[in-house]
Formats: sequence, C-alpha cells, structure tokens
Amino acid sequence: MMLECRAITIESGDFLLEGLDLRIEKGQWASIMGPTGCGKTTLLEAVCGLREVCSGSIWIDGQVVTNWSPRHRGIGLVPQDGAIFNGMRVQSMLALPLRARGIRRKERRVKVAAMADRLGIGALLRRTASGLSGGERQRIALGRALIHRPGLLCLDEPLMALDSSTRSSIQDLLKAVRDESDVTVLHVTHDAAEARTLSHTILEMRDGKLKEVDDDHR
Amino acid sequence: MSLPSPLRLGHRENLPFASALFGATGVFVLLIVALLVANLMYVDGAHVKAAWNSPEIIFAVKLSLFTCTVTAALSLLVAVPAGYLLARVPFRGRVLVDALVDVPIVLPPIVVGLALLLLFNQTQVGRWLEGQVEHVLAWVNALLPGPSRWIGLDQVTSITYDVPGVILAQFAVASAFAIRTMRVAFEQVDDRRERVALVLGCTRRQAFQWVALPEVHKGILAAGTLAWARAMGEFGPILVFAGATRLKTEVLPTTVFLELSVGNVEAAATVSMLMVAAAILVLLGARALGARMVQ
Repeated sequence: MMLECRAITIESGDFLLEGLDLRIEKGQWASIMGPTGCGKTTLLEAVCGLREVCSGSIWIDGQVVTNWSPRHRGIGLVPQDGAIFNGMRVQSMLALPLRARGIRRKERRVKVAAMADRLGIGALLRRTASGLSGGERQRIALGRALIHRPGLLCLDEPLMALDSSTRSSIQDLLKAVRDESDVTVLHVTHDAAEARTLSHTILEMRDGKLKEVDDDHR
Repeated sequence: MSLPSPLRLGHRENLPFASALFGATGVFVLLIVALLVANLMYVDGAHVKAAWNSPEIIFAVKLSLFTCTVTAALSLLVAVPAGYLLARVPFRGRVLVDALVDVPIVLPPIVVGLALLLLFNQTQVGRWLEGQVEHVLAWVNALLPGPSRWIGLDQVTSITYDVPGVILAQFAVASAFAIRTMRVAFEQVDDRRERVALVLGCTRRQAFQWVALPEVHKGILAAGTLAWARAMGEFGPILVFAGATRLKTEVLPTTVFLELSVGNVEAAATVSMLMVAAAILVLLGARALGARMVQ
C-alpha cells in the first residue's frame, strides 16, 4: 500500500472533515470527486503536509508521516493552474526539486533535458513564466512534480482551467505517466469523464465521507 | 495603427468623471510645480557655480550620496526578512511587532533623534555599543589605513555627532518605510507557490530564497528607492543625533538649514534644487531598472 489515511480529522475555520479513511495501493490512480467546498483539496493538502491534521494518521509507504514536514514526504504536487514560479526560467523551475535535494548541476541538467523532452517543452527551457499558455504551464508543473521521481503524485484539478484541445493533450500525458511508471496518484477533480479516463478508483466525497463509486455508476 | 484603449476617457459621457480625475491630480501636480518654480526663482547660474565651488556643499553632496546609499542597503538587509516575517510567518506577538515597526513612521522625526541621543549617550547599552563601534573603527583604520583614509573613515571616531550617527538616524526612519513596503510586496504574492516548493522538497529558507524572493524583485527595488529617498530628506534626527557640523556631519538638508539660518536664501534654494535633481534622477533610474527587470 502506498497511501493510507486512518480516521483523520482536519479542521479549518468552520469547516470540519472528521474520521476520514482513504487507502490507495501502490501504483494505483485514485480520483476524488465531489461538490465544490466538500473538502477534496483540504484532504489533498493534509496528505501533502500543508494542513494540520487534528487526529488520525497518514501513512506513506508504510511509515506514519502525519507530523513530517512536506519536504520529507516524497510527494509531487500539481496544483490548480500550475502555480508556476515567476521570475525563474523554466529550466530552473524544473530543476528546483533536484536542487533542493542537493543534486549536482550537471546531473540536474541531464534530468531536466530528459523531462523536457518527455513533456514536449524543450523549446521553453530558457523562457520565464510570463507569456506561457495554460497548457505549457501545466506541462511545466507536471514536469516539476515528477522530476524527483516521487512515490506519490497529488493532482489538484490540473486540467480545470484549460481549453478542450489542451485538456486532451495533457490528459494523454497523464495517461502516459500512469502507464509508464508505478507512481501512486491522488487526483482531485470535478470532471467525471476525466476521472473515468485516468483512474483505477473513483471516490466521491460527500458529507465529509469518502465513498467508492462502483463500476456500474462510473 | 493601434486601437484606442477602452480605458481612455475621450468619450463625451466620461467628461465629468475625467474632470474629477484630472482635477484632483492636477491640483497636486500644480502644487509641486509651484514649489519647484518658487525655488528656481532664487537660483541662477552664478549661484550654481558658487555652490559647485563651495567645499562645504560638495562635502554635503558626497556625504549625502554615501550615507543614503549605505542606509538604503542596510534598510533592505533588514526590510526583506522583516517584511517576509510579518507577511508570512504566524507568531505570538506579531501584532505588537507590526505596530512597533511603524513607530518611526508616526513619530515626529526630532523625537527619533532625541531617542537615539538618549540611547547612545545616557544608557549603558548605548555607551557599550558606542565603545564597540570605536574599537571596530580603530581596528579597521589600523588594518586598512589606505582605503580607510580614501573614504574618510580615519576621521570617524564614534557614532554620536559623527557619520555613523547620520547613517543611524537615517536608518531608524528609512528602514520602517522599507519594511512596510516589503511586507506589502510579500502579501501581494500568492503563498501557494511557496507551499508547492515545500512539497517539492524545499526548506522554508529555500522556498523563501528561490521562490518568494524573485517574485518580489520590484518590491525590493521600490523599498530600496523609498529608503534612499527618505534618507535623503531626513533632517530632524540627524540634527539632534549627529549634529550640523560643517565638513563633518553636514548632509544636504543640513546645508539648507545652515544657509537659511544665516539668511543665505539663494544658496539654500540652490542646494534644494540639487536635492530635487538627485531625487528625480534616482526615481527615474529606479523606474528604468524596474522596467528592464520586468522585461
């Protein structure tokens, strides 16, 4: 098993997620759906270590990571709209997780080139964030999240702000990631078709509880 | 041919609104222009030439440029981390620290000068600090006599009533404005990017240095410019804490004061125009640099 949340409670102002359980096996792609404000992103942030968990525990690869800092959890994150870093070249952006891990410049350069090649963004490496299209931003965000080979990839509505053709091409890219690696994915989305296309498991969050959507209802 | 901007106010229906906008702005611009013209009426070629040949005024120009630049650099060294702390890091007592940082902004400048004087002259901590600075200055002068003489450091012996006093008096006020500017700059940047950087493996320090800092480069430029400009205009704290000694602690506002006090309005106006020219040059330079950084 790669990710497990055991009876976690997350409190944020008036909002409360209580006693939530989640289990995603290694290499599986789980999509969480649900209405706006139901707590999907809150759960994803708690898994990433960006939100405090009041009770319960989060396990990644058999270790309790509930109190670990975000950087030690070995996660790749693609937030909504990419959250691209301004004032930084694309190559530096892709290299950031490697640089943070103390990987030498020469090795970083090789890995960045390989990742850029894989995502079709080689021509963008010397550009900065300004003037990049939505699709380019999401490709860069995906490359930035995958370059350090995380065991768990968290996607927070990564296709939401894209037009249909860009959405389709990024979806193909995500499918390739799913098929070519054994990364476990926690994917938050509103889009049922997107969830059906990409996921092994679809979970619906309603009234603070997660319920698996069975195949007949997918 | 470019299309007219939809935000232009050329249409007749916008006339009252445009009048209000241009009227309010015009009143202020007119006031500034009137002030400059009034000053210029007392300045002619002969006065400028006399100022250029005056060793006191040349000294004041050099000292002002030196102290303002040092003050702006010191202010940024404090303002960038302090602005980030106040904008991003929740901690007990943040409201109090935030209010204290603003104290030099709301205090009358002369009160800041008096407080500095009391601190360094009347308290043990201040006297100890003064002693430490004297030791450091003596050490630097002995170690690097050549460079020390070149920048005039060999003449400096203490903080109070000396050049370090000028810098400290400028810093006490200018840094408060720089911190406020940096805090706003950091607050305007979405913290999601730093949070993503943390998940991707960065420490808080790395997220600050690699992600947050490049995002606020325009804020840093604005804070540095503001600190420099504030330092250039500072007078009250300098007069009280560093004195108005010619060829020692005389900066440009001090020159204006000294010339006015002996009734030499023409010289005071000439120095004022020098300060206006310096301020305009710095503001234009900062804007040009900002535009280049954006590109």
